[in-house]
Amino acid sequence: MTGTDEQKEKTILVLGCPEVPVQQALALYVANGFHERGAEVLVTGNPSVLGLLKVSDPKGVYIQKTLVLETCIGELVEKKRDCDTCIVFAHNDAAIAYAATLRHLLPKSRLVVVVFGKDPEPLAAEINFPCETITEKAVHNPAQLKAKINQVLGWAVSRT
Amino acid sequence: MGCIENLKYEMILPLGASFKECREYVEKNYPEVWYVEPGYKLFDEYIIGLPPIALGIENGEKITFPYTKPCHGTYLLRIEGKEEVERVRTTAKTKKQAGYR
Repeated sequence: MTGTDEQKEKTILVLGCPEVPVQQALALYVANGFHERGAEVLVTGNPSVLGLLKVSDPKGVYIQKTLVLETCIGELVEKKRDCDTCIVFAHNDAAIAYAATLRHLLPKSRLVVVVFGKDPEPLAAEINFPCETITEKAVHNPAQLKAKINQVLGWAVSRT
Repeated sequence: MGCIENLKYEMILPLGASFKECREYVEKNYPEVWYVEPGYKLFDEYIIGLPPIALGIENGEKITFPYTKPCHGTYLLRIEGKEEVERVRTTAKTKKQAGYR
């Protein structure tokens, strides 16, 4: 790691099960957005979701660094890794449990939980820990969720 | 997946149990309950969940605990392990008090 890399803002994107299509699109979009703003981005998830991303981005244009979720959790527990911002994509109960775990392991980081899927409101209601939440019913169409992410992250609204 | 799936386990609550349901089940059904924070290591796996995470001890021999997988959700599992029971008793932060529920 260079001195410049050490000064970069660090972002971790935590992906859930890849069964909901919008996650893949938004993961690439958010990773690119942070990367364009000079942040170092690590994408973590299970091997299936990381495999899908690598197929979508074979040259690593949008996703530069990946780590299997269990390994990432271990490194956070052992204080080998931290970040300034952590974005968790959540469309099931398990992902909320992971978000709670990340809140505990990253008490000083900005934590944004993106709750989506067919019925996101009951899931969002499970969140009882400090974080920012973005909640939107979204399965196949990422447009509204993308707009809300832009708003919360303070990114200029894209017309595309 | 880690070593838990290679151990002999019993599924106390099936896939799809919420994290809250797992905690309530442990608190209701075990006389000895210890609470740990997320990231606590049990059977060589990091425990995931909303704190406090309840672990139930049975006869000093078995531990019942929530086990979360990203794609599948949370299971409540029971595994025999006297050494892990003793480790929980010495490293978990708090224990359920009598009359807690």
